Amino acid sequence: MSLVLTEDQLMFRDAAKRFAAERAPVAQLRKLRDDNDAAGFSREVWKEMADMGWAGVLVPEEHGGAGFGYVGAGLVAEEIGRNLSATPLLSTAVLGVTALLRGGSAAQKEAFLPAIAGGDLVVALASDEKNRHAPHSIATRATGGSGKFKLSGRKVHVLDGHVADRLIVTARTSGDVESRDGITLFLVDTKASGVNVTRTPTVDSHNAAAVELRDVAVSDSDVIGTVDKGAVVLDAVLDAGRAVLAAELLGVAEESFERTLGYLREREQFGAKIGTFQSLQHRAAHLFCEIELVRSVVLRTLQALDAQEPTASNLVCLAKGKASDVARIATNEAVQMHGGIGMTDEFDIGFFMKRARAAGETFGDYYYHADRFAQLAGY
Amino acid sequence: MSAQLKSVDQLETFRRETRAWLEANCPAEMRQPVTEEGDVCWGGRRWKFKNDAQRVWLERMAERGWTVPEWPKEYGGGGLSKEEARVLREEMGRLSCRVPLTSFGISMLGPALLKYGNEQQKREHLPKIVRGEIRWCQGYSEPGAGSDLASLKTRAEDKGAHFLVNGSKIWTSYGDKADWIFCLVRTDFSAKKQEGISFVLFDMQSPGISTRPIRLISGYSPFTQTFFDNVQVPKENLMGELNKGWTIAKYLLTHERNMIGGMGTQRQTPLSQLAIKSIGLASGKLAEGTLRADIARFEMDALAFTLTMGRVMDEAKAGNETGAVSSMLKYYGTELNKRRAELAMSIAGSEGLKFDGQTQADIAPVWLRTKANSIEGGTSEVQLNIIAKNVLRLPGA
Repeated sequence: MSLVLTEDQLMFRDAAKRFAAERAPVAQLRKLRDDNDAAGFSREVWKEMADMGWAGVLVPEEHGGAGFGYVGAGLVAEEIGRNLSATPLLSTAVLGVTALLRGGSAAQKEAFLPAIAGGDLVVALASDEKNRHAPHSIATRATGGSGKFKLSGRKVHVLDGHVADRLIVTARTSGDVESRDGITLFLVDTKASGVNVTRTPTVDSHNAAAVELRDVAVSDSDVIGTVDKGAVVLDAVLDAGRAVLAAELLGVAEESFERTLGYLREREQFGAKIGTFQSLQHRAAHLFCEIELVRSVVLRTLQALDAQEPTASNLVCLAKGKASDVARIATNEAVQMHGGIGMTDEFDIGFFMKRARAAGETFGDYYYHADRFAQLAGY
Repeated sequence: MSAQLKSVDQLETFRRETRAWLEANCPAEMRQPVTEEGDVCWGGRRWKFKNDAQRVWLERMAERGWTVPEWPKEYGGGGLSKEEARVLREEMGRLSCRVPLTSFGISMLGPALLKYGNEQQKREHLPKIVRGEIRWCQGYSEPGAGSDLASLKTRAEDKGAHFLVNGSKIWTSYGDKADWIFCLVRTDFSAKKQEGISFVLFDMQSPGISTRPIRLISGYSPFTQTFFDNVQVPKENLMGELNKGWTIAKYLLTHERNMIGGMGTQRQTPLSQLAIKSIGLASGKLAEGTLRADIARFEMDALAFTLTMGRVMDEAKAGNETGAVSSMLKYYGTELNKRRAELAMSIAGSEGLKFDGQTQADIAPVWLRTKANSIEGGTSEVQLNIIAKNVLRLPGA
């Protein structure tokens, strides 16, 4: 497949570019933070995003979505990264929808996909339990067996957890705490008895929560996928999230890089534009190359997910690892090259560095994915 | 759709015919892997074919113009479309056919001749390149003009019917084996440095030319210093306009950079496999954790770079401008190549230190050779300068 965007994809991206810059820019994230906004995003804007086809970007047309696939989701995410848009796109439109598409029953798809695509339902993945990402390390237990499952455990870093209508909870129905076998996915109503959600403010002013589950009763119809075999769905959900986060990180890197280039062209010291200094030029030129590499791996990876290629996970590791690393370097360089003003809260560049750190950490950072890349290659 | 594009059916027919022709015409010896220098055929007046098969293979391929599949038929080329040329490459790969002819005439001068040469020059030189009859070398760098190539001082004075060339060139690849040279010379001594340069072609057997091999840290001597002492070059050997040679020089450097940058992506044994053999696994992971981490970082970057090369080609096919790409690929590709060689040496340990100047399998000479990758064809630092200026539009760069 050619690593060039199609006409349709270009149009979709251009529309996303305009919308994100106008309706969900960095200034909006700043205001949500300063207002200590209860939701952490604008429901009104999310509805508009749904009208743009974002909420249903992965939802097939027969379920009321746009059906633009992972490449489409990545195009939106890149613009979200460029603008640091506050939106539940990742939690709901990517993680939630992928879980339903890969493991959902016909009834579940019918019940939730149109609602998600319409921007009326927010879903959150409650899976991580450790501070360092370890997806199969799950101690949360589903006891009682078929027909009368009860969930107990504690989840961390649940994106949009405090605003979600439904949680997708991973729990152990058998096996050891570290085992890939024995994991089951459940759909849980956040208002159900025994569910306690606490918002956890993060450095990037994005939404996250801790979820406490105490004997939460769920029925068989709430199971996504197959009991004990939930890791198949979970891995697919995480890979989708990682690939889309890589696209967002690409946008973060691009935007902070472009802002920095603008500063290098304007700022004067020692009687010259600082962009004339070779030490800065070479660092910028090197960064340009790294960002170009990320652009290639992100597009290739999203295409591989759309085509359900058997080795897509290798590419996901490459994309998430490389994008996390390059976005970290790009935003660090951005702050350094901006000098003192880059350290001020009033100036936006710091927001990009914070987001690069948080998005880089989410679902595995460079170190996690370099290790997994090597493991998948047999070393 | 362009007229060049062939339908899928036509392409499949071409594939079938090509495969049949290759099977019938590529000698068995030419389907063996290249193991030593003499296996790569460079051609030229003084070329000694290693065996009959090498000669026959070159003649057969040259007759069809397939030593340069995409060059126009009228100059002896294959006249193939990009798609057909790709099919030919794939079919040659499938049968492990060796490349019949490698030369700077093909990779460097030819494309420039096609773009800037006059009709007479094209008819004179291109067919001889196609058939491997003339081996070319490049006269660019000088002892005092390396990264600052445009400051070159080799003079070509106008003597009416001919130019009189004096000066010297350095890093002339195979200068002692070449038949002809394409050379940058100064023809205007008062103009701004880039504006007084011309591009001339001349016979290395002309009176007044001498070469001296340069022994490198790798032990090899692929380069010469080349001296010109009152060399007479006929006026008709000027390529392009007088004093406009810098434009051709830059165009040609782009080709050279693409070639050097692409070397890192040639099919090589993954480092991880070399490491598994040398170090071994413990619980499924390389037994040396720190080395493993560096190998993984390299393999990830190498794959990302390969994908980027592919994307650049796809973009070019789609007609999208991807400015200063050759500088990016040259810079990143050669730095990767050096990283790979450093890691390969670490993986091999003391075995990697073996160095008798003869054993082909020794990796130390390869490691040493890679150091030149980020120097030749414009240093990494020069590439970064070009990116800063032409892509990033940074001031005063």
